[in-house]
Amino acid sequence: MSELLLNAIFSENLALAYFLGMCTFLAVSRHFETAFGLGLAVIAVETITVPINNLIFNGLLADGALAWAGLGDVDLGFLTLIASIGVIAATVQILEMILDRFFPELYRALGIFLPLITVNCAILGASLFMVERHYTFSESIVYGFGSGLGWALAIWALAALRERVDETLVPEGLRGLGLAFILTGLMSMGFAVFGGLEFG
Amino acid sequence: MSIKDRPPIEPILITNPVTVHVLGICSALAVTTSLATALVMSASLIFVLSFSNTLISLIRRHIPNSVRLIVQITIIASLVIVVDQVLQAYFFDMSKRLSVFVGLIVTNCIVLGRAEAFAMKNPPGPSLLDGIGNGLGYAWILMLIGAVRELLVAGTLLGRTILPLADDGGWFTPLQLMALPPGAFFLLAMLIWAVRSLRPEQREVLPGTSDEESAS
Repeated sequence: MSELLLNAIFSENLALAYFLGMCTFLAVSRHFETAFGLGLAVIAVETITVPINNLIFNGLLADGALAWAGLGDVDLGFLTLIASIGVIAATVQILEMILDRFFPELYRALGIFLPLITVNCAILGASLFMVERHYTFSESIVYGFGSGLGWALAIWALAALRERVDETLVPEGLRGLGLAFILTGLMSMGFAVFGGLEFG
Repeated sequence: MSIKDRPPIEPILITNPVTVHVLGICSALAVTTSLATALVMSASLIFVLSFSNTLISLIRRHIPNSVRLIVQITIIASLVIVVDQVLQAYFFDMSKRLSVFVGLIVTNCIVLGRAEAFAMKNPPGPSLLDGIGNGLGYAWILMLIGAVRELLVAGTLLGRTILPLADDGGWFTPLQLMALPPGAFFLLAMLIWAVRSLRPEQREVLPGTSDEESAS
């Protein structure tokens, strides 16, 4: 479990090793404050959606999962994609309503990022990886949290770096986006170094 | 811009979805370890993009505004499932190599972005052309990065030896960094640098006047 968590955070970081959620990763990393809010929102949504998708896949969609209903030879695996994106969109919507009702301050801080998350491929990617790697329910909780935290760490670090680096004089064509990619590449090397790390 | 009204040409060169709008970067980096994967991925995206644009444009007057995102995503996801199933049926090895990235076309910002920005406002014909144009704009960047990475890592193109490797008695020492994620990031940075040097109007303005909400 600890290895799964550390791998999800560092060496198999969704943003830096699998390039997931890059659009938002680059667009919302100019200022640390906004990046911080988005990071938190991603952690929350991933920790919720990956286990839910795990339950849906293993309980309804996997090959033979419908045996309890007398449909033992039915494989609905091809519906995984639509089911996952549906769960994500619904979760984001519900989360938005709950936050709005009970935690108005948190809602003001995270609210604008929640719609962005539905089309963030890091979220869908985590669910698809969970299916591809056959995680159990408890593993999927750990994986969901770890991969969300990994993505958040990456965007926090990049935003902090970009705030500094944007002030420097670099060749004009490289300014902004080009430089962000080079920074991301360097961070990707750094995060990969943590591969194989274990507790204790 | 004089050729602004010609959708298939414009997005290939001028408003390229990858280098200008920075959309669809995930797959542009992830599936480009070889030219073959880049090629299959491009074909899948062009298929999904042109069909989703056409279909959404056909029913654009019947989609209620409040649920349009869900309708769009459902159409796109259905098309992606078709592509995924075809790949699994006839190109199983390729499907394994592309892993989850075919499925991730659903959340590829180019597809949803074009549906929202173009197909919802234009008739099917131009929408189809717009889909093909944006797909090709994405495809050539993908294939360029795929070709460079495959060449530098394995000395091959589509499996054919171009640069004989030192291990096999040739002279070329492969650049292993290019096989790893950082290599892809650096390569795309160079590409964007090159494009922006050639087209100065695409350069970013100095910090302070950034537009945070420009990308989805």
